[in-house]
Amino acid sequence: MDLTIALILLQDGILNGAIYALLGLALVLVFLVTRVIFIPQGEFVTFGALSLAFLANGRVPGTAYLLLLLGVLTCLVEAVSAWRTHQWRGYGRTLAWALILPLALLALAPMAAAPGVPLALRVLFALALVIPLGPMIYRLVYQPVEQASVLVLLIISVAVHFALTGLGLLFFGAEGWRTPALVEGTVQIGPVAWTAQTFAVLGTCVVLIAALWLFFGRTLYGRALRATAVNRRGARLVGISTRVAGGLTFTLAAAIGALSGMLIAAITTIYYDTGFLIGLKGFVAAIFGGLISYPAAAAGALFVGVLEAFSSFWASPFKEAIVFTLIIPVLLWRSLGSVQLDEED
Amino acid sequence: MTFARSFRLTLGAAALLAALPLTVSAQIKVGVTVSATGPAASLGIPERDTVALLPTEIGGQKVQYIVLDDATDTTQAVKNIRKFTADDHVDVVLGTSVTPASLAMSDVAAETKTPMISVAANAKLVEPVDGPRKWVFKTPQNDALMASALADAMVKQKVKTLGFIGFSDAYGDGWLQEMKAAAEAKGIKVVAAERFARPDTSVTGQVLKLLAARPDGILIAASGTPVALPQRELVERGYKGKIYQTHGAANSDVLRVCGKACNGMILPAGPLLVAEQLPDSNPAKKSALAYVHAYEAKYGPGTTNTFGGHMWDAGQLINDAIPRALKTGAKPGTPEFRAALRDALEQVHELPASQGIFNMSPTDHAGLDKRGRVMVQVVNGKWTYQPDL
Repeated sequence: MDLTIALILLQDGILNGAIYALLGLALVLVFLVTRVIFIPQGEFVTFGALSLAFLANGRVPGTAYLLLLLGVLTCLVEAVSAWRTHQWRGYGRTLAWALILPLALLALAPMAAAPGVPLALRVLFALALVIPLGPMIYRLVYQPVEQASVLVLLIISVAVHFALTGLGLLFFGAEGWRTPALVEGTVQIGPVAWTAQTFAVLGTCVVLIAALWLFFGRTLYGRALRATAVNRRGARLVGISTRVAGGLTFTLAAAIGALSGMLIAAITTIYYDTGFLIGLKGFVAAIFGGLISYPAAAAGALFVGVLEAFSSFWASPFKEAIVFTLIIPVLLWRSLGSVQLDEED
Repeated sequence: MTFARSFRLTLGAAALLAALPLTVSAQIKVGVTVSATGPAASLGIPERDTVALLPTEIGGQKVQYIVLDDATDTTQAVKNIRKFTADDHVDVVLGTSVTPASLAMSDVAAETKTPMISVAANAKLVEPVDGPRKWVFKTPQNDALMASALADAMVKQKVKTLGFIGFSDAYGDGWLQEMKAAAEAKGIKVVAAERFARPDTSVTGQVLKLLAARPDGILIAASGTPVALPQRELVERGYKGKIYQTHGAANSDVLRVCGKACNGMILPAGPLLVAEQLPDSNPAKKSALAYVHAYEAKYGPGTTNTFGGHMWDAGQLINDAIPRALKTGAKPGTPEFRAALRDALEQVHELPASQGIFNMSPTDHAGLDKRGRVMVQVVNGKWTYQPDL
């Protein structure tokens, strides 16, 4: 190994680590606000990437139909709960985002898939297709059991993961897809060539982390989410709706996942089941932060990425084993260092 | 996992229900299990779609196909064959798509004395023909057959040192072993062997290690679109030597994902892949085109997939063997008929199928010879037959 190889590996590791960092942040966020260990986070990555790939190949992705289906279900569930409580105020908003938006997107989808549409527009369209899936999944699956234990929520997450993976196979087929690069070109820095796409990934990662930091530090919604994270019951006592917080969190998680997917789909092939492994590595990163610390999760993600790159050079047959074995010493260290708390409050 | 199981069971039940209307007057029952979901779905889906094209009447008897999905899961594959033999009393089992699950199924096939035709590639399934393997046949070419074709091509292209990057699973292991043997027999040295996993998003580390060893040629031993990842990385890192692939790459999706980076790669494949380009003198041309025409008539032009061809060939084997088994006087659904069918499969002689010409015998349950392979190179994004390699 010489310096050039080390630099290339480092570049590769940082690139992968940036994506793990985004997913790790999303996992920490979802866990803090809703106590859900969100295993299907990786599915947002694949849905985002593959929806964009399908649009770029002139086909309407199955996510458009899934969005409509989940939207109709959401409207029905909301209607039932509104009818029970005689609270129809605000139902118009539900109709707008869960029924009219999916219908409009479905109608526009053939246009977005038509040849000659700029890639940036397609990216926005694919984001619009995938992001609302987050709050819909929260409304349909997690909100009815929001008081359940972490274990029950975890088991439900496993079920959602398998359901979404199966749908992914149905929508996108078993073979992988790639998308065109968002930005073209390469830059030579020292002995290593960096593609512009790499900078796009790193840049987006930094911008997103900064945006999250600003969101949680400066905005009312962000502070409300933090309050929910610190103490759910206390937050409710001061008038913060944990349901709104949950929906908002899942929207953010879906947005982060879908965007990460679109960023890496130009660099590597994405399969309907790629998301699980990427999500799992994001999870290892999140464990670094004990599922509570964003900076530790981000640092953990970079470490996982770099470790992965170097172990693929030195011992490629054992790469996965090395990355996932890492979780054991981290858990040991965390369990020694942390004070046991009761689950609620 | 419970969720996955019950989901699969439901799927299985649904598949069964779909097959029910056929039961009315059917006499010969064929159990088919394929990996239509899970990691090997890209193999299982065309295999499943091919079943619809198989003959529904053989030797004057109606044939009923019962298709189940095993989700690329060994336990589920064994459950499926148990169901076929215990509940459906099938006469023959076709499948499954991958080697580990097929190996596990062969024990059940032997225990219940049911002939089984696997569509997985590994030679371990049928070699040597003894014990449970007496009941097992397979249609894909042996890796050794393909590896020796590659070694011959390497000699012709003056490759002296070879790098290897393959799946970190049974497929990669099998190929490393076969390729090492075939290459060393021709005086080619394997100088580096790296591994990657199907869902990997980066193989930069492995490729750098390979480049550091400076081999004349590199073999990528993987299947389906994942082969594009090392191929693209090698090209992007400026590798100038020959890049070889296995027949696992013979899939049109590979060309779509790989794009320009795949130009020039060389691979051995079944005649099916380039059927139209073969000279009329090629013994497998006509039978390969028969499958292409049947499949594309149903699923549209350009949809044929060599993996589906293995299932088609399994269908050709039973189509050939069942009339012989019926001649013994045994009735379908009885142990005597299953034994007769097994014996009849061993007598398959010069049977043209989509991937070559089958000659089974009591010592050979794979049956393909050198007519079951051709060398192919990707030229301008198209599979191109290479008679000179």
